[in-house]
Amino acid sequence: MNNEAQHPVNLSALYQQVILDHYKRPRNKGVVQRAVLKKHLHNPTCGDDIEVQVELGDDGKITDVKWNGRGCSISMASASMMSVALKGKTLAEAQELMRSFYSMIQGEQGNYKPLGEIQALSGVSKFPVRIKCATLAWHCLEEGIKEYEGGAKNG
Amino acid sequence: MALDVARIRQDFPILHQEMNGHPLVYLDNAATTQKPRQVIQALVEYYEGYNANVHRGIHTLAERATEAYEGARAKIARFIGSPSPNQVIFTRNGSEGLNMIAYGWLRPRLRPGDVIITSGMEHHSNLLPWQQAALATGAQVKYVNLLPDGTLDQEHYDRLLSEGNVRFVAISGASNVLGTINPVKEMVARAHQAGAKVAVDAVQVVPHMPVNVVDWDADWIAVAGHKMLAPTGTGFLWGKMELLEEMEPTYFGGSMIAEAHLTGAKWAEPPAKFEAGTPNIADFIAFGVAVDYLTALGMENVYAHEKALTQYAWERLSAIDGVRLFGPRQPRAGLISFDVAGIHPHDLSAVLNAEGVAIRVGHHCAQPLMEILDVPATNRASFYIYNMQAEVDRLVDAILHAKEFFGV
Repeated sequence: MNNEAQHPVNLSALYQQVILDHYKRPRNKGVVQRAVLKKHLHNPTCGDDIEVQVELGDDGKITDVKWNGRGCSISMASASMMSVALKGKTLAEAQELMRSFYSMIQGEQGNYKPLGEIQALSGVSKFPVRIKCATLAWHCLEEGIKEYEGGAKNG
Repeated sequence: MALDVARIRQDFPILHQEMNGHPLVYLDNAATTQKPRQVIQALVEYYEGYNANVHRGIHTLAERATEAYEGARAKIARFIGSPSPNQVIFTRNGSEGLNMIAYGWLRPRLRPGDVIITSGMEHHSNLLPWQQAALATGAQVKYVNLLPDGTLDQEHYDRLLSEGNVRFVAISGASNVLGTINPVKEMVARAHQAGAKVAVDAVQVVPHMPVNVVDWDADWIAVAGHKMLAPTGTGFLWGKMELLEEMEPTYFGGSMIAEAHLTGAKWAEPPAKFEAGTPNIADFIAFGVAVDYLTALGMENVYAHEKALTQYAWERLSAIDGVRLFGPRQPRAGLISFDVAGIHPHDLSAVLNAEGVAIRVGHHCAQPLMEILDVPATNRASFYIYNMQAEVDRLVDAILHAKEFFGV
Protein backbone atom coordinates (compact mmCIF):
# COMPACT_ATOMS: atom_id res chain seq x y z
CA MET A 1 0.00 0.00 0.00
CA ASN A 2 1.46 3.34 -0.94
CA ASN A 3 1.42 6.32 1.33
CA GLU A 4 -1.35 8.08 -0.50
CA ALA A 5 -3.72 5.14 -0.14
CA GLN A 6 -3.01 4.94 3.57
CA HIS A 7 -3.54 8.65 4.02
CA PRO A 8 -5.89 9.65 1.23
CA VAL A 9 -6.53 13.01 2.87
CA ASN A 10 -3.52 15.19 2.31
CA LEU A 11 -4.40 18.58 3.73
CA SER A 12 -1.42 20.42 2.32
CA ALA A 13 -2.40 19.22 -1.17
CA LEU A 14 -5.80 20.83 -0.72
CA TYR A 15 -4.70 23.94 1.11
CA GLN A 16 -1.52 25.11 -0.60
CA GLN A 17 0.10 28.23 0.80
CA VAL A 18 -1.01 30.38 -2.11
CA ILE A 19 -4.63 29.41 -1.41
CA LEU A 20 -4.36 30.29 2.25
CA ASP A 21 -2.69 33.54 1.26
CA HIS A 22 -5.54 34.55 -1.07
CA TYR A 23 -8.03 33.51 1.61
CA LYS A 24 -6.41 35.64 4.28
CA ARG A 25 -5.60 38.58 1.98
CA PRO A 26 -8.32 38.49 -0.67
CA ARG A 27 -7.53 40.55 -3.82
CA ASN A 28 -10.04 42.70 -5.69
CA LYS A 29 -12.89 42.59 -3.23
CA GLY A 30 -15.52 45.23 -3.86
CA VAL A 31 -17.43 46.57 -6.84
CA VAL A 32 -16.20 47.92 -10.19
CA GLN A 33 -17.09 51.42 -11.39
CA ARG A 34 -19.07 50.46 -14.47
CA ALA A 35 -20.08 46.81 -14.37
CA VAL A 36 -20.68 45.53 -17.89
CA LEU A 37 -21.50 42.14 -16.55
CA LYS A 38 -22.21 40.95 -13.06
CA LYS A 39 -23.52 37.76 -11.62
CA HIS A 40 -24.45 36.64 -8.12
CA LEU A 41 -24.54 32.90 -7.34
CA HIS A 42 -25.23 30.93 -4.21
CA ASN A 43 -24.33 27.37 -3.32
CA PRO A 44 -27.09 26.28 -0.96
CA THR A 45 -25.37 23.12 0.24
CA CYS A 46 -22.58 25.01 1.98
CA GLY A 47 -23.85 28.57 1.99
CA ASP A 48 -21.10 29.93 -0.27
CA ASP A 49 -22.23 33.16 -1.87
CA ILE A 50 -20.32 35.14 -4.50
CA GLU A 51 -20.94 38.08 -6.80
CA VAL A 52 -18.52 38.84 -9.60
CA GLN A 53 -18.46 42.15 -11.50
CA VAL A 54 -16.50 42.81 -14.69
CA GLU A 55 -15.67 46.09 -16.42
CA LEU A 56 -14.67 46.11 -20.10
CA GLY A 57 -12.52 48.62 -21.96
CA ASP A 58 -13.26 49.96 -25.46
CA ASP A 59 -10.82 47.42 -26.86
CA GLY A 60 -12.94 44.57 -25.42
CA LYS A 61 -10.39 43.75 -22.77
CA ILE A 62 -11.27 43.32 -19.12
CA THR A 63 -10.14 46.44 -17.30
CA ASP A 64 -11.37 45.52 -13.85
CA VAL A 65 -12.79 42.56 -11.95
CA LYS A 66 -14.18 42.80 -8.46
CA TRP A 67 -16.00 40.31 -6.30
CA ASN A 68 -17.80 40.02 -3.01
CA GLY A 69 -19.00 37.09 -1.02
CA ARG A 70 -18.66 34.76 1.86
CA GLY A 71 -17.77 31.13 2.02
CA CYS A 72 -15.02 28.64 2.65
CA SER A 73 -11.33 29.26 1.97
CA ILE A 74 -11.47 27.35 -1.32
CA SER A 75 -14.33 29.42 -2.75
CA MET A 76 -12.89 32.72 -1.55
CA ALA A 77 -9.34 31.98 -2.70
CA SER A 78 -10.64 30.81 -6.07
CA ALA A 79 -12.60 34.05 -6.56
CA SER A 80 -9.58 36.09 -5.54
CA MET A 81 -7.18 34.26 -7.88
CA MET A 82 -9.66 34.42 -10.73
CA SER A 83 -10.05 38.17 -10.34
CA VAL A 84 -6.30 38.60 -10.67
CA ALA A 85 -6.02 36.31 -13.67
CA LEU A 86 -8.81 37.89 -15.69
CA LYS A 87 -7.49 41.44 -15.91
CA GLY A 88 -6.34 42.38 -19.38
CA LYS A 89 -8.01 39.37 -21.01
CA THR A 90 -10.73 39.49 -23.65
CA LEU A 91 -13.96 37.67 -22.84
CA ALA A 92 -12.96 34.92 -25.27
CA GLU A 93 -9.63 34.51 -23.50
CA ALA A 94 -11.42 34.53 -20.16
CA GLN A 95 -13.67 31.73 -21.34
CA GLU A 96 -10.69 29.75 -22.54
CA LEU A 97 -9.13 30.11 -19.11
CA MET A 98 -12.42 29.04 -17.56
CA ARG A 99 -12.63 25.87 -19.65
CA SER A 100 -9.07 25.08 -18.75
CA PHE A 101 -9.88 25.60 -15.06
CA TYR A 102 -12.94 23.34 -15.27
CA SER A 103 -10.96 20.48 -16.77
CA MET A 104 -8.17 20.87 -14.21
CA ILE A 105 -10.64 20.84 -11.33
CA GLN A 106 -12.27 17.69 -12.74
CA GLY A 107 -8.89 16.00 -12.49
CA GLU A 108 -8.30 15.72 -16.25
CA GLN A 109 -4.72 15.58 -17.51
CA GLY A 110 -3.55 18.62 -19.40
CA ASN A 111 -1.21 21.55 -19.59
CA TYR A 112 -2.48 24.05 -17.07
CA LYS A 113 0.53 26.37 -17.05
CA PRO A 114 -1.54 29.26 -18.49
CA LEU A 115 -3.59 29.17 -15.27
CA GLY A 116 -0.53 30.33 -13.33
CA GLU A 117 -0.99 30.30 -9.55
CA ILE A 118 -4.54 29.02 -10.00
CA GLN A 119 -2.91 25.64 -10.54
CA ALA A 120 -2.66 25.51 -6.76
CA LEU A 121 -6.35 24.55 -6.80
CA SER A 122 -5.66 21.36 -8.77
CA GLY A 123 -5.65 19.42 -5.47
CA VAL A 124 -9.36 20.14 -5.13
CA SER A 125 -10.06 17.51 -7.80
CA LYS A 126 -9.26 14.89 -5.14
CA PHE A 127 -12.03 16.28 -2.90
CA PRO A 128 -15.21 15.96 -4.97
CA VAL A 129 -17.46 17.77 -2.49
CA ARG A 130 -15.22 20.83 -2.69
CA ILE A 131 -15.26 21.16 -6.48
CA LYS A 132 -18.43 23.25 -6.23
CA CYS A 133 -16.63 25.63 -3.87
CA ALA A 134 -13.75 26.14 -6.28
CA THR A 135 -15.95 26.66 -9.32
CA LEU A 136 -18.54 29.06 -7.88
CA ALA A 137 -16.73 32.27 -8.88
CA TRP A 138 -16.02 30.85 -12.32
CA HIS A 139 -19.69 29.95 -12.73
CA CYS A 140 -20.47 33.60 -11.98
CA LEU A 141 -18.14 34.58 -14.80
CA GLU A 142 -19.57 31.94 -17.14
CA GLU A 143 -23.19 32.94 -16.60
CA GLY A 144 -22.36 36.63 -16.52
CA ILE A 145 -20.73 36.37 -19.95
CA LYS A 146 -23.67 34.36 -21.27
CA GLU A 147 -26.14 37.01 -20.11
CA TYR A 148 -23.95 39.82 -21.42
CA GLU A 149 -23.62 38.20 -24.84
CA GLY A 150 -27.34 37.34 -24.92
CA GLY A 151 -28.13 40.94 -24.06
CA ALA A 152 -25.68 42.28 -26.66
CA LYS A 153 -27.25 40.12 -29.36
CA ASN A 154 -30.79 41.04 -28.39
CA GLY A 155 -29.94 44.68 -27.82
CA MET B 1 -26.83 2.96 35.73
CA ALA B 2 -23.90 4.20 33.71
CA LEU B 3 -23.54 2.72 30.25
CA ASP B 4 -20.67 0.27 29.80
CA VAL B 5 -19.32 2.14 26.78
CA ALA B 6 -16.29 -0.10 26.27
CA ARG B 7 -18.58 -3.10 25.97
CA ILE B 8 -21.06 -1.27 23.78
CA ARG B 9 -18.25 -0.29 21.41
CA GLN B 10 -17.41 -3.96 20.87
CA ASP B 11 -20.84 -4.35 19.27
CA PHE B 12 -20.09 -1.74 16.58
CA PRO B 13 -17.64 -3.12 14.02
CA ILE B 14 -17.49 0.13 12.06
CA LEU B 15 -16.00 2.07 14.97
CA HIS B 16 -12.86 -0.07 14.97
CA GLN B 17 -11.18 1.37 11.93
CA GLU B 18 -8.61 3.98 11.13
CA MET B 19 -9.73 7.02 9.21
CA ASN B 20 -6.94 8.89 7.44
CA GLY B 21 -4.40 7.39 9.78
CA HIS B 22 -6.31 8.01 13.02
CA PRO B 23 -8.84 5.97 14.98
CA LEU B 24 -12.29 6.97 13.71
CA VAL B 25 -14.25 9.36 15.91
CA TYR B 26 -17.84 9.32 14.70
CA LEU B 27 -19.77 12.38 15.87
CA ASP B 28 -22.46 12.56 13.19
CA ASN B 29 -25.12 10.56 14.99
CA ALA B 30 -27.89 13.08 14.47
CA ALA B 31 -27.56 12.32 10.74
CA THR B 32 -27.55 8.57 11.21
CA THR B 33 -26.21 6.29 13.92
CA GLN B 34 -23.97 3.31 13.45
CA LYS B 35 -25.44 -0.18 13.65
CA PRO B 36 -24.53 -2.85 16.21
CA ARG B 37 -23.63 -6.31 14.93
CA GLN B 38 -26.89 -7.66 16.41
CA VAL B 39 -28.81 -5.44 13.96
CA ILE B 40 -26.57 -6.37 11.05
CA GLN B 41 -26.88 -10.04 12.01
CA ALA B 42 -30.67 -9.79 11.99
CA LEU B 43 -30.50 -8.81 8.32
CA VAL B 44 -28.26 -11.76 7.52
CA GLU B 45 -30.45 -14.17 9.48
CA TYR B 46 -33.55 -13.04 7.64
CA TYR B 47 -32.04 -13.34 4.18
CA GLU B 48 -30.25 -16.60 4.94
CA GLY B 49 -32.98 -18.19 7.02
CA TYR B 50 -36.52 -17.00 6.37
CA ASN B 51 -36.75 -14.52 3.51
CA ALA B 52 -40.38 -14.50 2.36
CA ASN B 53 -43.09 -11.96 1.75
CA VAL B 54 -45.26 -10.99 4.69
CA HIS B 55 -49.00 -11.07 5.25
CA ARG B 56 -49.61 -13.59 2.47
CA GLY B 57 -48.87 -17.19 1.81
CA ILE B 58 -49.35 -19.82 4.47
CA HIS B 59 -46.03 -21.57 4.14
CA THR B 60 -43.74 -21.65 7.13
CA LEU B 61 -41.20 -19.15 5.80
CA ALA B 62 -43.92 -16.58 5.19
CA GLU B 63 -45.30 -17.18 8.66
CA ARG B 64 -41.87 -16.72 10.24
CA ALA B 65 -41.24 -13.54 8.28
CA THR B 66 -44.66 -12.13 9.20
CA GLU B 67 -44.18 -13.00 12.85
CA ALA B 68 -40.79 -11.28 12.99
CA TYR B 69 -42.03 -8.24 11.05
CA GLU B 70 -45.11 -7.77 13.22
CA GLY B 71 -42.99 -8.59 16.28
CA ALA B 72 -40.84 -5.57 15.48
CA ARG B 73 -43.96 -3.40 15.38
CA ALA B 74 -44.97 -4.67 18.82
CA LYS B 75 -41.49 -3.93 20.21
CA ILE B 76 -41.59 -0.39 18.88
CA ALA B 77 -45.09 0.09 20.28
CA ARG B 78 -43.91 -0.99 23.75
CA PHE B 79 -40.82 1.22 23.42
CA ILE B 80 -42.93 4.38 23.09
CA GLY B 81 -45.83 3.27 25.29
CA SER B 82 -48.32 2.92 22.44
CA PRO B 83 -51.64 1.42 23.53
CA SER B 84 -51.59 -0.82 20.44
CA PRO B 85 -49.00 -1.98 17.87
CA ASN B 86 -51.55 -1.12 15.18
CA GLN B 87 -50.87 2.55 15.79
CA VAL B 88 -47.30 2.13 14.56
CA ILE B 89 -47.07 2.64 10.78
CA PHE B 90 -43.79 1.75 9.17
CA THR B 91 -42.27 4.45 6.97
CA ARG B 92 -38.95 4.99 5.23
CA ASN B 93 -37.90 7.89 7.46
CA GLY B 94 -39.24 10.81 9.43
CA SER B 95 -40.12 12.85 6.36
CA GLU B 96 -42.39 10.19 4.94
CA GLY B 97 -44.47 9.99 8.12
CA LEU B 98 -44.99 13.75 8.22
CA ASN B 99 -45.92 13.83 4.54
CA MET B 100 -48.47 11.07 5.14
CA ILE B 101 -50.19 13.31 7.71
CA ALA B 102 -50.04 16.28 5.33
CA TYR B 103 -51.62 14.39 2.44
CA GLY B 104 -53.85 11.94 4.29
CA TRP B 105 -55.31 14.12 7.00
CA LEU B 106 -54.41 17.79 6.78
CA ARG B 107 -54.90 18.77 3.13
CA PRO B 108 -58.45 17.41 2.82
CA ARG B 109 -59.43 19.43 5.91
CA LEU B 110 -57.65 22.75 5.35
CA ARG B 111 -59.76 25.71 4.24
CA PRO B 112 -58.64 29.21 3.26
CA GLY B 113 -57.97 31.17 6.42
CA ASP B 114 -57.04 28.11 8.47
CA VAL B 115 -53.79 28.39 10.38
CA ILE B 116 -50.92 25.97 10.81
CA ILE B 117 -48.39 26.73 13.55
CA THR B 118 -44.81 25.56 13.38
CA SER B 119 -41.48 27.22 14.15
CA GLY B 120 -38.32 28.53 12.56
CA MET B 121 -36.18 25.84 14.17
CA GLU B 122 -37.71 22.99 12.19
CA HIS B 123 -35.94 20.55 9.95
CA HIS B 124 -37.21 20.93 6.38
CA SER B 125 -39.12 17.67 6.85
CA ASN B 126 -41.29 19.34 9.49
CA LEU B 127 -41.70 22.52 7.48
CA LEU B 128 -42.14 21.85 3.76
CA PRO B 129 -45.09 19.41 4.04
CA TRP B 130 -47.07 22.09 5.93
CA GLN B 131 -45.89 24.96 3.72
CA GLN B 132 -46.98 23.03 0.65
CA ALA B 133 -50.32 22.08 2.21
CA ALA B 134 -50.96 25.74 3.01
CA LEU B 135 -50.02 26.84 -0.52
CA ALA B 136 -52.38 24.27 -2.01
CA THR B 137 -55.35 25.19 0.16
CA GLY B 138 -55.07 28.89 0.94
CA ALA B 139 -54.26 28.21 4.58
CA GLN B 140 -51.60 30.16 6.40
CA VAL B 141 -48.45 29.05 8.24
CA LYS B 142 -47.44 30.98 11.35
CA TYR B 143 -44.07 30.54 13.00
CA VAL B 144 -43.35 30.59 16.71
CA ASN B 145 -40.48 32.99 17.40
CA LEU B 146 -37.16 31.86 18.79
CA LEU B 147 -35.75 33.48 21.90
CA PRO B 148 -32.07 34.47 21.88
CA ASP B 149 -31.16 31.35 23.89
CA GLY B 150 -32.53 29.11 21.13
CA THR B 151 -35.74 28.09 22.88
CA LEU B 152 -39.23 28.72 21.54
CA ASP B 153 -41.02 31.83 22.74
CA GLN B 154 -43.91 30.19 24.60
CA GLU B 155 -45.76 33.47 25.06
CA HIS B 156 -45.66 34.03 21.33
CA TYR B 157 -46.94 30.47 20.84
CA ASP B 158 -49.89 31.21 23.12
CA ARG B 159 -50.56 34.42 21.25
CA LEU B 160 -50.60 32.60 17.90
CA LEU B 161 -52.97 29.99 19.33
CA SER B 162 -55.29 32.69 20.69
CA GLU B 163 -55.48 34.43 17.29
CA GLY B 164 -57.81 31.62 16.24
CA ASN B 165 -58.44 29.30 13.28
CA VAL B 166 -55.50 27.10 14.27
CA ARG B 167 -56.21 23.69 12.87
CA PHE B 168 -52.79 22.10 13.14
CA VAL B 169 -49.54 22.46 15.07
CA ALA B 170 -46.24 20.83 14.03
CA ILE B 171 -43.33 21.02 16.45
CA SER B 172 -40.13 19.13 16.92
CA GLY B 173 -39.40 17.33 20.15
CA ALA B 174 -35.81 18.52 19.87
CA SER B 175 -34.03 20.72 17.34
CA ASN B 176 -31.46 18.95 15.17
CA VAL B 177 -29.36 22.12 15.10
CA LEU B 178 -29.88 23.95 18.39
CA GLY B 179 -30.35 20.86 20.51
CA THR B 180 -33.28 22.61 22.20
CA ILE B 181 -35.66 20.18 23.87
CA ASN B 182 -39.14 21.59 23.48
CA PRO B 183 -41.80 21.19 26.20
CA VAL B 184 -43.87 18.86 24.04
CA LYS B 185 -46.44 17.82 26.61
CA GLU B 186 -47.31 21.41 27.55
CA MET B 187 -47.34 22.63 23.94
CA VAL B 188 -49.61 19.75 22.93
CA ALA B 189 -52.04 20.48 25.76
CA ARG B 190 -52.29 24.16 24.82
CA ALA B 191 -52.82 23.31 21.15
CA HIS B 192 -55.61 20.92 22.09
CA GLN B 193 -57.25 23.62 24.20
CA ALA B 194 -57.24 25.77 21.07
CA GLY B 195 -58.87 22.94 19.11
CA ALA B 196 -55.80 22.07 17.01
CA LYS B 197 -54.27 18.68 16.29
CA VAL B 198 -50.54 18.24 16.87
CA ALA B 199 -47.81 16.35 15.05
CA VAL B 200 -44.44 15.99 16.75
CA ASP B 201 -41.24 15.47 14.80
CA ALA B 202 -39.70 13.16 17.38
CA VAL B 203 -36.73 12.16 15.25
CA GLN B 204 -34.17 13.69 17.62
CA VAL B 205 -35.97 12.59 20.78
CA VAL B 206 -37.09 8.96 20.65
CA PRO B 207 -33.54 7.63 20.00
CA HIS B 208 -32.14 9.55 22.95
CA MET B 209 -34.52 9.64 25.91
CA PRO B 210 -37.58 7.88 27.32
CA VAL B 211 -40.74 8.88 25.46
CA ASN B 212 -44.29 7.88 26.28
CA VAL B 213 -46.81 8.81 23.62
CA VAL B 214 -49.76 8.59 26.00
CA ASP B 215 -48.06 11.02 28.36
CA TRP B 216 -47.24 13.43 25.51
CA ASP B 217 -50.78 13.14 24.17
CA ALA B 218 -49.66 14.30 20.70
CA ASP B 219 -51.87 13.21 17.83
CA TRP B 220 -49.02 11.91 15.70
CA ILE B 221 -45.29 11.46 16.13
CA ALA B 222 -42.74 10.72 13.41
CA VAL B 223 -39.49 8.87 14.06
CA ALA B 224 -36.54 7.69 11.95
CA GLY B 225 -35.24 4.21 12.77
CA HIS B 226 -31.84 4.77 11.21
CA LYS B 227 -31.12 7.42 13.83
CA MET B 228 -31.59 4.80 16.56
CA LEU B 229 -29.32 1.92 15.49
CA ALA B 230 -31.67 0.52 12.83
CA PRO B 231 -30.90 0.24 9.10
CA THR B 232 -31.49 3.15 6.73
CA GLY B 233 -34.88 3.10 5.06
CA THR B 234 -36.70 2.63 8.37
CA GLY B 235 -38.91 4.94 10.37
CA PHE B 236 -42.41 5.04 11.73
CA LEU B 237 -45.42 7.24 12.13
CA TRP B 238 -47.39 6.77 15.32
CA GLY B 239 -50.90 8.16 15.56
CA LYS B 240 -54.00 8.12 17.72
CA MET B 241 -56.25 5.37 16.45
CA GLU B 242 -59.26 7.56 15.75
CA LEU B 243 -57.09 9.83 13.61
CA LEU B 244 -55.48 6.94 11.76
CA GLU B 245 -59.01 5.74 11.01
CA GLU B 246 -59.94 9.18 9.65
CA MET B 247 -56.70 9.59 7.71
CA GLU B 248 -56.63 8.66 4.02
CA PRO B 249 -53.82 6.43 2.73
CA THR B 250 -51.09 8.16 0.71
CA TYR B 251 -50.19 5.09 -1.33
CA PHE B 252 -52.59 2.64 -2.90
CA GLY B 253 -52.03 -0.94 -4.00
CA GLY B 254 -51.26 -4.33 -2.54
CA SER B 255 -51.80 -5.21 1.12
CA MET B 256 -53.73 -2.08 2.01
CA ILE B 257 -57.31 -3.06 1.18
CA ALA B 258 -60.16 -4.83 2.96
CA GLU B 259 -61.82 -5.42 -0.39
CA ALA B 260 -61.26 -4.23 -3.94
CA HIS B 261 -63.68 -4.19 -6.88
CA LEU B 262 -63.69 -2.74 -10.34
CA THR B 263 -65.89 0.02 -8.97
CA GLY B 264 -63.77 0.91 -5.94
CA ALA B 265 -62.19 -0.39 -2.76
CA LYS B 266 -62.34 -0.30 1.02
CA TRP B 267 -59.24 0.15 3.07
CA ALA B 268 -57.83 -2.30 5.55
CA GLU B 269 -57.53 -1.30 9.19
CA PRO B 270 -54.41 0.60 10.30
CA PRO B 271 -51.53 -0.03 10.02
CA ALA B 272 -52.06 -2.14 6.85
CA LYS B 273 -54.07 0.71 5.31
CA PHE B 274 -50.89 2.81 5.17
CA GLU B 275 -48.43 0.16 4.07
CA ALA B 276 -49.16 -0.51 0.41
CA GLY B 277 -46.90 -2.97 -1.35
CA THR B 278 -44.22 -5.29 -0.08
CA PRO B 279 -42.54 -3.52 2.80
CA ASN B 280 -38.88 -3.28 3.77
CA ILE B 281 -39.22 -6.53 5.74
CA ALA B 282 -35.63 -7.29 6.72
CA ASP B 283 -34.84 -3.76 7.81
CA PHE B 284 -37.90 -3.48 10.02
CA ILE B 285 -37.11 -6.80 11.65
CA ALA B 286 -33.66 -5.36 12.33
CA PHE B 287 -35.33 -2.18 13.63
CA GLY B 288 -36.99 -4.41 16.23
CA VAL B 289 -33.57 -5.73 17.22
CA ALA B 290 -32.27 -2.16 17.53
CA VAL B 291 -35.15 -1.42 19.89
CA ASP B 292 -34.25 -4.54 21.90
CA TYR B 293 -30.70 -3.23 22.15
CA LEU B 294 -31.78 0.20 23.42
CA THR B 295 -34.37 -1.31 25.75
CA ALA B 296 -31.69 -3.50 27.33
CA LEU B 297 -29.50 -0.42 27.91
CA GLY B 298 -32.42 1.51 29.34
CA MET B 299 -33.41 4.84 27.82
CA GLU B 300 -32.91 6.65 31.13
CA ASN B 301 -29.29 5.46 31.02
CA VAL B 302 -28.91 6.46 27.37
CA TYR B 303 -30.16 9.94 28.18
CA ALA B 304 -27.91 10.27 31.24
CA HIS B 305 -24.88 9.20 29.20
CA GLU B 306 -25.54 11.67 26.41
CA LYS B 307 -26.33 14.43 28.85
CA ALA B 308 -23.04 14.00 30.70
CA LEU B 309 -21.05 13.76 27.48
CA THR B 310 -22.78 16.79 25.95
CA GLN B 311 -22.15 18.81 29.09
CA TYR B 312 -18.49 17.86 28.96
CA ALA B 313 -18.31 18.80 25.28
CA TRP B 314 -20.06 22.10 25.99
CA GLU B 315 -17.48 22.99 28.62
CA ARG B 316 -14.51 22.00 26.49
CA LEU B 317 -15.77 23.65 23.28
CA SER B 318 -16.80 26.89 24.97
CA ALA B 319 -13.31 27.19 26.43
CA ILE B 320 -11.82 27.48 22.93
CA ASP B 321 -11.15 31.04 21.85
CA GLY B 322 -13.39 32.05 18.93
CA VAL B 323 -15.84 29.16 19.30
CA ARG B 324 -19.49 30.11 19.53
CA LEU B 325 -22.07 27.53 20.61
CA PHE B 326 -25.70 27.67 19.49
CA GLY B 327 -28.79 26.88 21.53
CA PRO B 328 -29.43 26.53 25.24
CA ARG B 329 -26.85 24.98 27.54
CA GLN B 330 -29.37 22.84 29.40
CA PRO B 331 -31.58 21.03 28.86
CA ARG B 332 -30.41 19.97 25.44
CA ALA B 333 -30.36 16.95 23.18
CA GLY B 334 -27.03 15.15 22.67
CA LEU B 335 -25.69 17.46 19.97
CA ILE B 336 -23.90 20.77 19.78
CA SER B 337 -23.78 23.16 16.83
CA PHE B 338 -20.98 25.67 16.82
CA ASP B 339 -18.88 27.90 14.66
CA VAL B 340 -15.24 28.83 14.84
CA ALA B 341 -14.40 32.46 14.07
CA GLY B 342 -12.45 32.74 10.83
CA ILE B 343 -12.93 29.12 9.74
CA HIS B 344 -15.76 28.17 7.44
CA PRO B 345 -17.45 24.89 8.47
CA HIS B 346 -16.27 23.19 5.25
CA ASP B 347 -12.68 24.07 6.03
CA LEU B 348 -13.03 22.96 9.64
CA SER B 349 -14.57 19.68 8.59
CA ALA B 350 -11.74 19.06 6.12
CA VAL B 351 -9.15 19.42 8.87
CA LEU B 352 -11.18 17.33 11.32
CA ASN B 353 -11.67 14.64 8.69
CA ALA B 354 -7.93 14.50 8.08
CA GLU B 355 -7.64 13.67 11.78
CA GLY B 356 -10.34 10.99 11.64
CA VAL B 357 -13.06 13.08 13.27
CA ALA B 358 -16.43 12.96 11.48
CA ILE B 359 -18.87 15.79 12.17
CA ARG B 360 -21.65 17.29 10.09
CA VAL B 361 -21.27 20.70 8.52
CA GLY B 362 -23.77 22.66 6.50
CA HIS B 363 -27.32 23.88 7.00
CA HIS B 364 -28.55 20.59 8.52
CA CYS B 365 -31.71 20.74 6.41
CA ALA B 366 -32.75 23.80 8.41
CA GLN B 367 -32.08 26.74 6.09
CA PRO B 368 -34.68 29.04 7.69
CA LEU B 369 -32.92 28.55 11.03
CA MET B 370 -29.55 29.41 9.43
CA GLU B 371 -31.15 32.66 8.27
CA ILE B 372 -32.45 33.36 11.77
CA LEU B 373 -29.02 32.66 13.25
CA ASP B 374 -27.47 34.66 10.38
CA VAL B 375 -24.85 32.05 9.59
CA PRO B 376 -24.28 30.36 6.22
CA ALA B 377 -23.70 27.02 7.90
CA THR B 378 -22.66 25.51 11.21
CA ASN B 379 -20.55 22.65 12.49
CA ARG B 380 -22.40 20.01 14.48
CA ALA B 381 -21.08 17.28 16.74
CA SER B 382 -23.73 14.77 17.81
CA PHE B 383 -23.29 11.97 20.29
CA TYR B 384 -24.64 8.52 20.96
CA ILE B 385 -24.27 5.55 23.24
CA TYR B 386 -20.79 4.58 22.02
CA ASN B 387 -19.14 8.00 22.25
CA MET B 388 -16.60 8.78 24.97
CA GLN B 389 -15.01 11.79 26.60
CA ALA B 390 -11.73 10.88 24.92
CA GLU B 391 -13.48 11.43 21.58
CA VAL B 392 -14.64 14.88 22.65
CA ASP B 393 -10.98 15.56 23.48
CA ARG B 394 -10.01 14.46 19.96
CA LEU B 395 -12.61 16.85 18.55
CA VAL B 396 -11.26 19.71 20.64
CA ASP B 397 -7.64 18.95 19.66
CA ALA B 398 -8.58 18.86 15.99
CA ILE B 399 -10.34 22.22 16.26
CA LEU B 400 -7.21 23.67 17.87
CA HIS B 401 -5.12 22.25 15.02
CA ALA B 402 -7.51 23.80 12.49
CA LYS B 403 -7.15 27.17 14.17
CA GLU B 404 -3.40 26.82 13.95
CA PHE B 405 -3.60 25.71 10.32
CA PHE B 406 -5.73 28.66 9.22
CA GLY B 407 -3.91 31.06 11.50
CA VAL B 408 -6.94 32.24 13.48
